[in-house]
Amino acid sequence: MSATAPATAADARTMTGAEIVLRALKEQGVEVIFGYPGGAVLPLYDALFQQNAIRHVLVRHEQAAVHAAEGYARSTGKVGVVLVTSGPGATNAVTGLVDALMDSVPVVCLTGQVPTHLIGNDAFQEADTTGITRPATKHNYLVKDIRRLAATVHEAFYVAKSGRPGPVVIDLPKDILIGKGPYTDPPAEPHRSYRPQTEPDAEAIRRAVALLKRAERPVVYAGGGVVNSGPEASRLLTEFVRMTGMPCTTTLMALGAFPASDPQFLGMLGMHGLYEANLAMHGCDVMLNVGARFDDRVTGSLAHFSPGSRKIHADIDPSSINKNVKVDVAIVGDAARVLAALIEAWKADETPQDKAALTRWWRRIDEWRARDCLRYRQEGRIIKPQHAVKRLYEITRELGRDTIITTEVGQHQMWAAQFFGFERPNRWLTSGGLGTMGYGLPAAVGAQIAHPDALVIDIAGEASILMNIQEMGTLAQYRLPVKVFILNNEYMGMVRQWQELLHGGRYSESYSAALPDFVKLAESFHAVGLRAEAADDLDRVIREMLAVDRPVIADICVDKEENCFPMIPSGAPHNQMILGRDQEGGAAGVTDEGKVLV
Amino acid sequence: MPDPADTAPRAATIAVLVENEAGILARVVGLFSGRGYNIESLTVAPVDEAKRISRITIVTSGTEMVIEQIKAQLDRLVPVHKVADLTLEGPHVAREMALIKVVGRGENRLEALRLADAFRASVVDATIGSFVFELTGSSDKLDAFIALMRPLGLAEVSRTGVVAIARGPASIHS
Repeated sequence: MSATAPATAADARTMTGAEIVLRALKEQGVEVIFGYPGGAVLPLYDALFQQNAIRHVLVRHEQAAVHAAEGYARSTGKVGVVLVTSGPGATNAVTGLVDALMDSVPVVCLTGQVPTHLIGNDAFQEADTTGITRPATKHNYLVKDIRRLAATVHEAFYVAKSGRPGPVVIDLPKDILIGKGPYTDPPAEPHRSYRPQTEPDAEAIRRAVALLKRAERPVVYAGGGVVNSGPEASRLLTEFVRMTGMPCTTTLMALGAFPASDPQFLGMLGMHGLYEANLAMHGCDVMLNVGARFDDRVTGSLAHFSPGSRKIHADIDPSSINKNVKVDVAIVGDAARVLAALIEAWKADETPQDKAALTRWWRRIDEWRARDCLRYRQEGRIIKPQHAVKRLYEITRELGRDTIITTEVGQHQMWAAQFFGFERPNRWLTSGGLGTMGYGLPAAVGAQIAHPDALVIDIAGEASILMNIQEMGTLAQYRLPVKVFILNNEYMGMVRQWQELLHGGRYSESYSAALPDFVKLAESFHAVGLRAEAADDLDRVIREMLAVDRPVIADICVDKEENCFPMIPSGAPHNQMILGRDQEGGAAGVTDEGKVLV
Repeated sequence: MPDPADTAPRAATIAVLVENEAGILARVVGLFSGRGYNIESLTVAPVDEAKRISRITIVTSGTEMVIEQIKAQLDRLVPVHKVADLTLEGPHVAREMALIKVVGRGENRLEALRLADAFRASVVDATIGSFVFELTGSSDKLDAFIALMRPLGLAEVSRTGVVAIARGPASIHS
């Protein structure tokens, strides 16, 4: 508080709450807000109208505002900002907030609130937003004193982006937005209580390197923390993996953190990960986890997870360490700092690496690779969904444009992860932790706003896309040339797949009945609609979609009953993967215990 | 193979220094319920008005891995200053207070008074037919006294939950 500032300066810094918010946002480097107006936030919208520094992007639903902010944040590394009204505005945002929490995306969400004197009275459009969002956010605030407003906004940005990033809500009662108070600068001193450790402990690094140097069958397992740390962490990861000659796999969240084209890349691991990646995890003797959290999609059965390995886990969030899997060396720190320290310590440690053992290990991995676990047969007229993604990848690569892929959730998401290669971080935006259908289209809005010249493609399913289809209106309004590439199999494909494999083929409620005509739907939203019904249409439709400088929906009619393989059935260990239909049988080995898991 | 040390539950008394602000207790309690941790007792009160610090004492139990998780989860809450596992960090003093209402006449009433004297409970309210005893001590001592009062006309109990502090000169603030 600048209580002692001269009167004139104090006057210049006295403004309405709405002006304080916008000034603080500007000070924090905010260029764009994704939002939707309503009664409680009218003062903020009025202030937005009277300035040009911050752009507002009007979405069609508050959930989409948060996903758009996530798309913006994940593709830029900056904090995404959301503005929604009280009550339903805030409750609609909750799914997006939990999505950002699970995937550690820095978001600041401003919610309107009824005036302070009405809080607790069940006023119109009142909801207990801080109560509802407490477990949905990294932290939240209710501003009840305008003198704390600027400081709260500054602190929200610090919290959202420090340590393990996440969403932060600031609940703003209308009287606070209308009232007048002092603007205060971001504090110079560190936060009173929240100061996450970013620098790794040197002794832990030394112990990690000692294990890695003596490893005969090492594997590097990188997660979203590497992406969140910034592009430098990906560069250091690549440097470390190349200098050590180790195989590297990444989680779904970290695709792009290590170049997909690198021969040391084993592909994604986990439930629908590659055979060689999962068997390398199962058979390794030393595992280096950087910025991943031993998620259940990755570990499969915990009791059988990588049984013979010594495990090193580096994470910025100490609560991620020893949560699911007990590790031998724990390193708390930012991924880039950890990797830089590992590189330095690796060079300093003169223990020779067992190159012969490493060669033997690679020979085994190559045998697993030779299984060609992603093999599929594209024969005849019916388009295989894998083939559609593969051709999309190959054709976009020919174009050489900066390409950002978003996805919805389900089979198409896994096929995208398997068949689209990423050379750089921040180019793959998907809902990993929460698994939110409807994420991809609004995330593409945010990514395209942040990167107007990039090619932004939402690889979608016909069921997921309908969950936030209203954002086609946002594409039209802002002339965002996002491409929506629908793998249309007329089923909630992953649900259908599980019903086939685990529930006797009883397709309970998983058929996408009464679908819209996606071509006409595109046209009614001022976009271009295309359809590929046969394999010979595919390339033409992809090329046409990519050539148009407008929003496009490409409806790709694919094989209705194709399953996504490889697959580790629920509750099974990594070495009991099911490969493709023509490679091995069904999920006969799934136990009742496994069926309980999702 | 899970380490047996990881599967045997232990009790833990955890002290948490937090910002004295609205919602902090809900954050802590929500963390326990949301993640399925056990709370045996929880107490909270401001301990430093000038610095706006409150102290929460939580008695919980779980395997070593769960207790470590609880501490890490508490520590990453933004308004949390410090988390100390008093059970792990060395000897500590733990105390609880109870107010115990016993209703009865005649021999039972006399016996209740005699036992209260033996337990060094003090009488903070008395009528012809009732006593309210105040008793401070370990939770076990309170349990024992309450059990003795049951046949003598125990009518009502109010307990504070455990507060605890480490023995010796070291401070949680250092």
